Amino acid sequence: METDQRFGLNRHLTLPGPLMLDAGVAFAPVEFAYETYGTLNADRSNAILICHALTGDHHVASNHPITGKPGWWTRLVGAGKPVDPARHFIVCVNVLGSCLGSSGPSSIDPATGKPYGMSFPVITIADMVRAQAMLLDHLGVGDLQAVIGGSMGGMQVLSWTILYPERVRSAIAIATTARHSAQNIAFHEVGRQAIMGDPQWRDGDYYADNNPPAAGLAVARMAAHITYLSEAGLTEKFGRKLQGRDAKSFGFDADFQIESYLRHQGISFTDRFDANSYLYITRAMDYFDLAEPYEGVLAKAFAAAKNTRFCVISFDTDWLYPTAESRHIVHALNAAGAPVSFVELSSPFGHDAFLLDVPEQNSIVDGFIRAGEGRV
Amino acid sequence: MSLRPDLQIIADNVTPGSRVLDVGCGDGALMAELRDKHHVDARGMELDRGNVATAMARGLSVIQGDADIDLAEYPDQSFDYAILSQTLQTTRRPDLVLDQLLRIGRRAFVSFPNFAHWHVRWSLLRNGRMPVTRLLPVEWYETPNIHHLTINDFRDFVTSRGLTVEGQWFLAGDKLISPSAANFRAEHAVFLLRR
Repeated sequence: METDQRFGLNRHLTLPGPLMLDAGVAFAPVEFAYETYGTLNADRSNAILICHALTGDHHVASNHPITGKPGWWTRLVGAGKPVDPARHFIVCVNVLGSCLGSSGPSSIDPATGKPYGMSFPVITIADMVRAQAMLLDHLGVGDLQAVIGGSMGGMQVLSWTILYPERVRSAIAIATTARHSAQNIAFHEVGRQAIMGDPQWRDGDYYADNNPPAAGLAVARMAAHITYLSEAGLTEKFGRKLQGRDAKSFGFDADFQIESYLRHQGISFTDRFDANSYLYITRAMDYFDLAEPYEGVLAKAFAAAKNTRFCVISFDTDWLYPTAESRHIVHALNAAGAPVSFVELSSPFGHDAFLLDVPEQNSIVDGFIRAGEGRV
Repeated sequence: MSLRPDLQIIADNVTPGSRVLDVGCGDGALMAELRDKHHVDARGMELDRGNVATAMARGLSVIQGDADIDLAEYPDQSFDYAILSQTLQTTRRPDLVLDQLLRIGRRAFVSFPNFAHWHVRWSLLRNGRMPVTRLLPVEWYETPNIHHLTINDFRDFVTSRGLTVEGQWFLAGDKLISPSAANFRAEHAVFLLRR
């Protein structure tokens, strides 16, 4: 297995496909960027899939090859952590539609030799999951000991249990929802309009001259970033403090620290993310509604998942996907008869809490995973 | 670690291999015992976040929820037993919670502190103040026990609802005592009910 090129860090792979998309398109070929950690055991029973959020990537627990920054979920994944390469075979795949290695609007369309741009098909969360399943088939992974994700990663986790219930033994869905609310869609639409209103967007055909709609994407990120933080957290960190000055400027510079912080978040985001990918992935999230194909009854959606163990975690200061959304999921799982655990944890960090230092999250995930292994 | 005496009675009388919902499961002590020694498929509900986190870290299936609100989401007769230990007196509507227990579970274990125990009566008679006892250790203004009841109150309620008592156990000083004059002698009661 040491020499098997399918396994390891920063893998890139193209599969012939086709991948049948919800939009009715047979998409091919399919590019994947992914990482694996640990070793698949002899009875192939120790695979864990980690699903990333909107702008995440496959570097879940390794240093980013370009920026050198540590992986985005090293609090949860790594030696001695709840998800541990010593015990688990861990896979993290960059989502379909992204710009960080898997097929997305900035990928080259083999039919034209140019980036897809807006000719890339509109994708859904279910399409992302089907793509992951296609890759796992290639890696020889049958069923999954666990699928774990927060935010949009949690949406993928829930979709996994509905699309492939027989392949998922345990599901951990954190800070997530079973459907995007009007408010969720509204915030995303602000972001999309900021991008599409940027003259540099040019109907998504901006790759040739390397002059992307950075200003629009930065505003989109600024609006979204607010939703990831709590009001109390913002107040504690920034309050009304001024940025590098003693008095208000009576102008429109970034007088306040929060303005300066948001501008920095927006601009630095444009260095690593593609505006069209942002459009496509936010669209996929907005289309997300697990109950829609089941007459709006979420319990029916989970009917086939009643043999999967679920762990649902929310955070008290998360107003993007508040606890009520998690309770909605839990009630549906109860009605479906699935074994489910649920807790609302306390954290000052808002929606982003699942990525940050919340020790209880680790002990809960650890206990839940070990119980699934029959070793408590 | 030994179980609280009322929980031990319940653990000893649950059919091995059955499905159990423990409402107000605390840190999951009873659930862990049922899972590990009686091969029971145990699920729990608990109001306190810290207790839920502890129980989940033990690998138990527990949801953070409120017996007064969240029981409505469980399907009819989806458990062999619903258990309510030391929780009845803390609910806003104990009557409705009991209705839910016997809707969700084919049988229900209910345990509660007996407010008619002689020590409580004597304390109230002698001092004229709300008693603070071993099983009711909190002052009136901060007690979670908002619906005190006696064994006789509970028996009357069971009769008025036409429920069947399949078992009853009485405890004083953490020891089983005979049913005679239980309303006076027992600190604590455990009932097994069905419709």
